Amino acid sequence: MSLLFKGRDEGARRTRISALQRTLMFFISHLRQALSSLGELWRNPAASMMTVAVLGLSITLPSTLYVLLKNTEKVSAGWEQASEITLFLHQNTQPGDIRQLTTRLSLWPEIESLVHIDKGEALQEFKTLSGFGEALNYLEDNPLPDVVLVTPTSKHTSPTAAQRLLDKLQKEREVELGQLDIQWLERLHGLVGIAKELVSVVALLLFIAVVLIIGNTIRLNILNKRDEILVLKLVGATDAFIQRPFMYTGFWYGLLGGLLAWFTTWLLLWWMSDSIARVTQLYQTEFELTGLQGESLLGMLGLSVFLGLAGSLLSVHKHIRTIEPK
Amino acid sequence: MIRFEGVSKTYPGGQQALRQVSFHIAPGEMAFLTGHSGAGKSTLLKLISIMERPTVGKVLINGHDLNQIQRRQIPYIRRDIGMIFQSHQLLMDRSVFDNVALPLVIEGYSHREISKRVGAVLERVGLSDKARSLPITLSGGEQQRVGIARAVITKPPLLLADEPTGNLDPKLSMEIIRLFEDFNQAGVAVLIATHDLGLIARMRYRTLTLKKGQMITDGLTEDWHDEPAV
Repeated sequence: MSLLFKGRDEGARRTRISALQRTLMFFISHLRQALSSLGELWRNPAASMMTVAVLGLSITLPSTLYVLLKNTEKVSAGWEQASEITLFLHQNTQPGDIRQLTTRLSLWPEIESLVHIDKGEALQEFKTLSGFGEALNYLEDNPLPDVVLVTPTSKHTSPTAAQRLLDKLQKEREVELGQLDIQWLERLHGLVGIAKELVSVVALLLFIAVVLIIGNTIRLNILNKRDEILVLKLVGATDAFIQRPFMYTGFWYGLLGGLLAWFTTWLLLWWMSDSIARVTQLYQTEFELTGLQGESLLGMLGLSVFLGLAGSLLSVHKHIRTIEPK
Repeated sequence: MIRFEGVSKTYPGGQQALRQVSFHIAPGEMAFLTGHSGAGKSTLLKLISIMERPTVGKVLINGHDLNQIQRRQIPYIRRDIGMIFQSHQLLMDRSVFDNVALPLVIEGYSHREISKRVGAVLERVGLSDKARSLPITLSGGEQQRVGIARAVITKPPLLLADEPTGNLDPKLSMEIIRLFEDFNQAGVAVLIATHDLGLIARMRYRTLTLKKGQMITDGLTEDWHDEPAV
């Protein structure tokens, strides 16, 4: 584009290449600049590795926490399915009534199975397990109620459906009290929620740090290349042209940092897998730790590339403008 | 081609580099700009390439007022002006070929076109065999010719040279000036700033003389010689 001389030969356009070729040239020149930026990082391995390491480790912390959190959610989701309702019957309920009740309830479509625990059996069990032993013989009456354990069908195991079933069961004449064992689950959910927020805050702070680190690194790069930028400006390069290699440098920092973070996260999880397996064995659950893969891996790499670009954009905008030939 | 209309330039700090300078250089004309160090030669050239803006007055190129040019348009103005510097302003870590190709790369020429043009222009300045060398391995005269090759590769209608013979011996200086004459004969307007009066004396070209920021003479070197007062 010649502003001063109308009709002057116009660079690429004068050679009359097709739009397709020009688009192709555009990508080729971008690819070339991307590779030359990568080459530049390669030629200063010590400095580049340090920057990449800082980025990688900064991203590792939030991504490891994220993976652990994801796995916790997966495990607790498995537990939620096992909810069981305990019904405590009135003290004076006769065995005949209890039999009627269980027969009635077993016909309900929401209920998978029922177990009746007789209060006599319960007392016997209590005697052997509690350690009070003979002391309990001095009791005049059996203070324990009859108990019916209700397992809902799989459709009714979610917390809300189970709660609805509980309300319905409590309306039965013989039932004094029903308990759904989801309170501890709700507490767990609460704790996981807090952990989630903590991870978000830590991640946010570290991401800001990454942007600032890349911004500063690119700033130093720009100042190092001051002379070259001056020459480019003298021969008519636009700011966009001058800043492109720096943007690609930021891109590579982000991508390499992301890959490093992926690797270290994998390493950390591998390191911890033994102790995690020990914990899950205690809960007698089959559990396999899921690492970063598929979408979450792509998401993490995308995020770190974005952070790299954001950092370099910040720097490039501020500093390339100020370098002007005098 | 280049027109100055009552141009003054005062730098921040109060130093007045140019005072009420007016002149016109026609398309295809070749002229020298001379004067002692600090007379305002460099400032005048910087106003043409918009490295500085005039405090008062107007600079026009091909009828376009440079005061109207916005910051983001400056790169496009510089593509129309071939600039040559005393310090060469070459990229020392790139080959001669890459240095000369730079303006074409910026404008997005194809690789083939670049090779063709760089080959041709290097032949013209007599550096065909140095295309793969680094500028640092070349002599001062050769480096200057690389700078000239880079300045003319886009075939600009206007060439500006700031002390192009500054560090060269008289024979090499003459070779450089002959090169400018060649381009001038091809229709390019050339303005050369130099304090090498001996060099100018051997030429018959229009010479603009600055003294303390004012234009004191403007005419052919012959006329200028007839004025012993200067």
